Amino acid sequence: MAVMVRKLRSLLLLVGMILSGLPLTAQSGTPLPEVPEATTRFSATQGCVEPTAEMRKNHMKMILHKRDQTMHEGIRTPQHSLEECINCHVPDDDSGKIVRIDSKEHFCNSCHSYAGVSIDCFQCHADRPVKDIRTRSTAAAVNSSVAVRALWPAWPSRRAYF
Amino acid sequence: MAIAPGVLLTQVALAKPADQPVSSANRWGMLIDTNKCAKGCDACVRGCETENGWGTNETRSAENQTAQWIRKVELRDKSTGFAQSLPLMCQHCEHPPCVDVCPTGASFKRADGIVLVDKHICIGCRYCMMACPYKARSFIHEDLQDQLPVAPRGKGTVESCTLCVHRVDKDGDNALPACAEACNSEGHEAFVFGDLNNPDSRISQELAKHGGTQIRADLGLNVGIRYRGI
Repeated sequence: MAVMVRKLRSLLLLVGMILSGLPLTAQSGTPLPEVPEATTRFSATQGCVEPTAEMRKNHMKMILHKRDQTMHEGIRTPQHSLEECINCHVPDDDSGKIVRIDSKEHFCNSCHSYAGVSIDCFQCHADRPVKDIRTRSTAAAVNSSVAVRALWPAWPSRRAYF
Repeated sequence: MAIAPGVLLTQVALAKPADQPVSSANRWGMLIDTNKCAKGCDACVRGCETENGWGTNETRSAENQTAQWIRKVELRDKSTGFAQSLPLMCQHCEHPPCVDVCPTGASFKRADGIVLVDKHICIGCRYCMMACPYKARSFIHEDLQDQLPVAPRGKGTVESCTLCVHRVDKDGDNALPACAEACNSEGHEAFVFGDLNNPDSRISQELAKHGGTQIRADLGLNVGIRYRGI
């Protein structure tokens, strides 16, 4: 009897999955993040500053090290700099497509949302290549205020505490 | 200074190689001639805003709490009625009180004398704001958007004039902070930027020739921003 119940349950689960449109692991494989292609190459000889496997594993260590070098020692070379990551990997506003950090199409977020790793770099740092704040389109500003608020919810109002 | 063809007594200071750390061989500073500073002109303030992206993106903070990296101050002598104005920003002290009081090490002075906040370390306690005799620092009360790559800024951290450190790292002696650039483009040319350690720099020569005043020199902070005419 118990075996029959278990079989029935798995059958129901299978039917449920088909009806709900969820991909079956056996058919489509593990879902992977769709990481956008970089818009430019670092140099003629190099695609990225380090081999892809190295970047995937250790990019956070590299930008952390570079962060301290830049902040305290004034070393502003393009190698391992967050600004240069953004310059190559996120399209410029001028390209006609505005990609913000909350978008799945944003290079950083495409993987970080998949991995469930939240980053706070872009609370302060620019999330796309920017040259002058005044040259931005109004549409971008409107989009950003909505999007960023959704990503970093404001603290509850003071009334909520008392 | 050439003592014979091709022989220089002192090396002309060049921008540091990009991959080398800053060194205490330099001490960056500015000399501001208040006689050239026009009353009612705020080009330096606007120039700083544009360069560093402050002044426009705090929409929910009270007006007296928004960031102010550089401000114009009007002075008036009550007995004579003589009025003058000057720009006031972080004075980049040799002995900065903000660094003394910082509990985390976020407020620090670089080897070349530029005083900065490492916002990665700043916990937003604002002791530095209380310690600063020049009211040079601001605290960010709200989530910001659209910051510029050269000046990351964010809620819960303190910020102030960086002496346009990104320009200084790039161009060294030939750098011009955005305030000075804006002043020049207005035709006032009140600012001289340069290396206080290099006796041949224009700022050192002007100071040697005409002198300069430190605001609140009595505090013994040996500031990097000097004034003339006050």
